[in-house]
Amino acid sequence: MSTEIKTIEKMANTEYKYGFVTDIEADEAPKGLNEDIIRFISAKKGEPEWMTQWRLKAYRHWLTMKEPSWQNVKYSPIDYQDIVYYSAPKQKKKLNSMEEVDPKLVQTFDKLGIPLEEQKILAGVAVDAVFDSVSVATTYKEKLSELGIIFCSMSEAIKNHPDLVKKYLGSVVPYTDNFFASLNSAVFSDGSFIYIPKGVRCPMELSTYFRINAENTGQFERTLIIADEGAYVSYLEGCTAPMRDTNQLHAAVVELVALDNAQVKYSTVQNWYAGDVNGVGGIYNFVTKRGACRGKSSKISWTQVETGSAITWKYPSCILQGDNSIGEFYSVALTNNMQQADTGTKMIHIGKNTRSTIVSKGISAGRSQNSYRGLVKIGPKAEGARNFSQCDSLLLGDKCGAHTFPYLEVDNPTATVEHEATTSKIGEDQIFYLNQRGIKTEDAVNLIVNGYCKEVFKELPMEFAVEAQRLLSVSLEGSVG
Amino acid sequence: MLTVKDLYASVEEKEILKGINLKVNPGEVHAIMGPNGSGKSTLASIIAGREGYSVTNGSVTFEGKDLLSMSPEDRAREGIFLAFQYPVEIPGISNATFLKTAVNEIRKYKGLEELDAMEFLALIREKMKIVGIDQTLFSRPVNHGFSGGEKKRNEIFQLAVLDPKLAILDETDSGLDIDALKIVANGVNVFKQQSKEKAVIVVTHYQRLLDYIVPDYVHVLYNGRIVKSGTKELALELEERGYDWIKEENNIPASTK
Repeated sequence: MSTEIKTIEKMANTEYKYGFVTDIEADEAPKGLNEDIIRFISAKKGEPEWMTQWRLKAYRHWLTMKEPSWQNVKYSPIDYQDIVYYSAPKQKKKLNSMEEVDPKLVQTFDKLGIPLEEQKILAGVAVDAVFDSVSVATTYKEKLSELGIIFCSMSEAIKNHPDLVKKYLGSVVPYTDNFFASLNSAVFSDGSFIYIPKGVRCPMELSTYFRINAENTGQFERTLIIADEGAYVSYLEGCTAPMRDTNQLHAAVVELVALDNAQVKYSTVQNWYAGDVNGVGGIYNFVTKRGACRGKSSKISWTQVETGSAITWKYPSCILQGDNSIGEFYSVALTNNMQQADTGTKMIHIGKNTRSTIVSKGISAGRSQNSYRGLVKIGPKAEGARNFSQCDSLLLGDKCGAHTFPYLEVDNPTATVEHEATTSKIGEDQIFYLNQRGIKTEDAVNLIVNGYCKEVFKELPMEFAVEAQRLLSVSLEGSVG
Repeated sequence: MLTVKDLYASVEEKEILKGINLKVNPGEVHAIMGPNGSGKSTLASIIAGREGYSVTNGSVTFEGKDLLSMSPEDRAREGIFLAFQYPVEIPGISNATFLKTAVNEIRKYKGLEELDAMEFLALIREKMKIVGIDQTLFSRPVNHGFSGGEKKRNEIFQLAVLDPKLAILDETDSGLDIDALKIVANGVNVFKQQSKEKAVIVVTHYQRLLDYIVPDYVHVLYNGRIVKSGTKELALELEERGYDWIKEENNIPASTK
């Protein structure tokens, strides 16, 4: 029909830019899930008994649960016995420096432009790289430890900081929380652990790159971030994944805790492989992300740019428990081809004068389905609570869908809740207007999309914002622009 | 500069243009007039490369190059500018970002270096004076929430900044009061006076605009054909007599012309 559609079709044929497979001998668990497998994982990681028991409790609870089906996505049933639950790159001994890291691994990181190296360290980013399931290199640890900041893999935290882990793990997302969170609690492989002590402002953005490798290996990341009283931390999470023919399950859990006057800023750029034009081979991304503003005047801010995955199911949420605490959610979710996304947030207002802001920008292209699902709940004691929600949808082409499911539960009459929603379409007349000024269709669509997402991008740390913009145009290359 | 030869075009099977011939030389101002539905805007759209028209016969060349095989953006980069009858609103993109992108795309095409932010701002400041566009308008989203007059002025502002070879004004005068009309006309004249090579095609309904942008040639388009060409006196005659006499003269079907 239009240039727009033709462009979508043309771009849909662009190959996934990050599709390559690293050939590293994996150290794998056999397929399937049972108590022995869980003990195997726990043993493999040299975990203490309390951790093994926690996993087993989660597993036993998981067995009693049913996979949720209320979300606005469709996929064929997952055979949980056909998944490998543990895979780690072979590591002969503890590594002290980058030189000791498998050069193939380093090459992979280079291809992805992952800032594991000197120049990036100079740029002020300490990177805890999670390759498959085990952290292979951690940088800048020393500098951080001078400030008392703990930034390490979850496995290390379990060994070296058991008290913190025992106190906070599962305190925001209990192992009984939901089907995928329970599964994660039973089999989680690794992830990041951050603790910022009282009154410390983390001087740099902390960042971890996740990458799914080894075929048929589910990734079960577990991340826990604690900001003690008056502390501040900004954390970046970014993902790319190689091309696959069989769907891969990714069920991560992220828990954030902010105590009195503490702030946690969590930014994600998610680019898991989305499958081919027909949706074959993409990642299933079923994630539980939740932050607890436990202390008074604490603040948790989620910013996410979601462009990947065949299916995304994810609601980064805030529990606003402390009086005067603030929760924020800024999201750009782009779906293309056959992608499906059901994403949004939950803002649970418990404390007095708690405030929350939701800005969600959905972009649908191709034949994709993009749903915003959000809950704003104002509890009976949340005097003077305020929420503002804005949910916008942008459609590219006429074969995609955008849906909005806002839920509101207000149990306190002094609360103020505002909701705004818009749906717009990139029109042929807009594209032609820009064409007539010398701007080609791809760039025209990028301009419009970036303009549309501006409110969210400005919440991202500078270099991440640039990356996010680049990612959107790469993703739209497969779609519109 | 621009040569339209025996151009036939249709929209959804309906023939709109039925053999247009038009030659515009550098430095000339041509006015294309005619009643509603005569095909004026279609002609402008086809020259600019809008989708949805099928050219069934004829050719359009610009400086010897075949325009019809060129993408709309390349036509713009070659130096064709269309001032839209209905400028499009693009929320989320500021005029500044939009124009900087456009200027640099055109410069790249010409093999010129891209302007940096400072150079661009200098260019903008100079051009803003011409059409009396102020800073606030410049930083607002493209045409978003602009009044009709502001939109048209913004078109002329873009004309000034992008500095094409040929400007096509598609009913730029519609919906303008006399003051806005003068500003717009002045903008076009300033563009024109920059060099002897600049050409303008004014598509309009009324003679009014031609008091300010004086045409070298006036063509009357009726029923998809240029049925009369003359000098500016023809426009005055049309103003006085209306289009009815043209219609009467041309009521006999196509083939005789």
